Amino acid sequence: MDFSSINPILLLASLMVAATPIILAAAGELIVERAGVLNLGVEGMMITGAITGFIATVTTGSPWIGFVAAAAGGAGLSLLFAFLTQFLLSNQVATGLALTLFGLGLSALLGQGYNGIKAPEFPRIDIPVISDIPVLGPILFSHDPMVYVGIGLIAGTWYFLKYSRAGLILRAVGENHEAAHALGYHVIRIRIMAIAFGGACAGLGGAYISLVRVPQWTDGMTAGAGWIALAIVVFASWRPWRLLIGAYLFGGVTVLQLNLQAAGIAIPVEYLAMSPYIATILVLVLMSAGRAPGSLGKIFHASR
Amino acid sequence: MATDTLLELRGLTKAYPGVVANSDVSFTIGKGEVHALLGENGAGKSTLVKTIYGLVKPDTGKMTLNGVAYEPSEPRAARASGVAMVFQHFSLFDALDVAENIALGMENPPQMADLAARIREVSEQYGLPLDPNMVVGDLSAGERQRVEIIRCLLQDPKLLIMDEPTSVLTPQEVEILFKTLNILREEGTSILYISHKLEEIRTLCEHATILRHGKVVGNCDPRQTSARDMAEMMVGASLHVPEKAPHEAGEVVLSIRGLSAPAPHQFGTALKNITVDVREGEVLGIGGVAGNGQDELVAALSGEMKTAAGMVVIDGREIGRLGPNERRAAGLCAAPEERNGHAAAPDMSLTENALMTGAVRKNLVKNGLLDWPAAKAFAEEVIKAFDVRTPGPANAARSLSGGNLQKFVIGREIMQKPRVLVINQPTWGVDAAAAASIRQAILDLAVSGTAVVCISQDLDELREISDRFAALNEGKLTPPRPAKGLTIDEIGLMLGGAHDMEIAHVDA
Repeated sequence: MDFSSINPILLLASLMVAATPIILAAAGELIVERAGVLNLGVEGMMITGAITGFIATVTTGSPWIGFVAAAAGGAGLSLLFAFLTQFLLSNQVATGLALTLFGLGLSALLGQGYNGIKAPEFPRIDIPVISDIPVLGPILFSHDPMVYVGIGLIAGTWYFLKYSRAGLILRAVGENHEAAHALGYHVIRIRIMAIAFGGACAGLGGAYISLVRVPQWTDGMTAGAGWIALAIVVFASWRPWRLLIGAYLFGGVTVLQLNLQAAGIAIPVEYLAMSPYIATILVLVLMSAGRAPGSLGKIFHASR
Repeated sequence: MATDTLLELRGLTKAYPGVVANSDVSFTIGKGEVHALLGENGAGKSTLVKTIYGLVKPDTGKMTLNGVAYEPSEPRAARASGVAMVFQHFSLFDALDVAENIALGMENPPQMADLAARIREVSEQYGLPLDPNMVVGDLSAGERQRVEIIRCLLQDPKLLIMDEPTSVLTPQEVEILFKTLNILREEGTSILYISHKLEEIRTLCEHATILRHGKVVGNCDPRQTSARDMAEMMVGASLHVPEKAPHEAGEVVLSIRGLSAPAPHQFGTALKNITVDVREGEVLGIGGVAGNGQDELVAALSGEMKTAAGMVVIDGREIGRLGPNERRAAGLCAAPEERNGHAAAPDMSLTENALMTGAVRKNLVKNGLLDWPAAKAFAEEVIKAFDVRTPGPANAARSLSGGNLQKFVIGREIMQKPRVLVINQPTWGVDAAAAASIRQAILDLAVSGTAVVCISQDLDELREISDRFAALNEGKLTPPRPAKGLTIDEIGLMLGGAHDMEIAHVDA
């Protein structure tokens, strides 16, 4: 056993990278659920984003175009969900599960011929001056841009929900869709926009895995990250900053247990592998105090 | 005269598949006039109001507001033209605070800090004190209504529509509301007031339009017309007033002894040390403003919420720890308030619904198997005895109108001949004719020797059927008093009501 091989600075820096796909996907799902829609298809939208982003990047050579394509792919798949649940009034849980299965299959189909190719590198940016600060510099200020996009997304989500009028309306729709309708807000229109935003964010999260973390394409490579994102939204009581803490905690324990495995610690691998899930759920359950949006998962129809 | 007209409706017609909700409706509302819209449930009042508020588009007909054609495409447009509406339910957000709720009903709300100051100012001005930072889920019904009214007033409406505004208020709160409405009237605001409480309309309104089956069937000056005449115009027939055959109260059947229970959920009410006896043949009326423990008391009596064994006693037997079916076997039947989803399963047939509460007392289960023919016969018996209008017991509960389903769920319990019947809001949202027949059935059951606990927010109803009256206030029950001779003021004092119920002083 050799713990000296674990570099705390590198550990913290890679924690931020490990948490980013979950932050991206969970921030989108948070908005969707605050609008009163339960979309369990995050995993399917992530993997769809992962492959559309990968294809676009390999084809054009630009990871930026890849991320845009990933957002479009995730949003496109989510619109299928929106059509089924908002217009055909299908059950959201069943439709979300189907969306995950559909996304996994669709991505495997699209990804044929892309297995084993390496994606062009997505350059890290060292923010001038502050990235040279010892310890903090490499941990915080020397990442690829998507890490900051993720943090910015959390801050934006928080600001949007707390301070903007549109955010207030979105919360109102999620809290009591009948009252919102009676006041003249377009429940279905608002929900469709929220669902598409959630899909785009999930797509970005998926593409972060295929373009930055791995970076190559393998079938089913999101490996449950979408489910973790869903769980974190609930355990974070639908609050953005708690969601960030939850995602970092999950990312942190994931990276730590990988390091511990590499250091040859005498704990069976299975326990180490389950530790991020247990730690995240435990901490967020202890912190959780909020209540779910009042209309979450309920079907809205103007005549009822 | 033309300049004094604010809103004119001419020939409004709106048909839904299978039913004409409004048919050629015409009337005018003057400036500064309090205009009552009267009618039974299903007479087309809410469709008409929704048309004025822009939620429903009429098939034909025209509206003019201040002499200009008025065709609101959505509520936003109606609000912009100066039409505001206080809803009966479904328009507040429990998890949001007062200021946020108000901002949601405004077109261009100011910054939150300014809005909070405006809310304080306007609410003081109209005698409706309100704290903008309170979460709406924690407010009493009267305070929640203030939120709705302030939301409208902040937009300087020319026409204020009020849909059944007093159904959840104490008499004192009603008085405060009427003072506010009178101030508004003096300021030149017109009010369209929907209610079926005729005495209120007689004190407040100067003009009434009466709807029946979607058509205007009459106009009157409520100050000159008796409540009975107006009721008969609404119903289109003469009304039957329930009567109770004289009889003596017998032995104590139900004893509630020191009943206390914590609030079952976040916005619930804890029950605090409720003690009362109910005798054979007696109707105990329990009044109180919604949210003061009515649902919890019904749950504790019906067995949905278990308590310590000795807190609920029937015929000397402690049943506090028993579930609903065991209590039914012991002789206690209950009819909870919400008929769609609580008292009845909306998507199941009437036979299935009859079976669900009747299984124990009517022996509809044999050796663990359902006795369908007997269940169907029981459902048919209820339908026949209570004049439930439905093609047959195989129809889904959802397909019945509110009043018919209410007759069915109350009748289902009464037909089981319980020792104790607990009912919550027996005639809520039920038209006058059906309400009278339900009340008569309750009285007949009491005369046959059943102890009845009737919880209701309709004080007139309680005065009509109760032998003794008690009030629920924040989970506590006042000592019961004989209902005969109790004045509405005395009842109001028993109700107490919302937590800051100092009578607001209005500097008019």
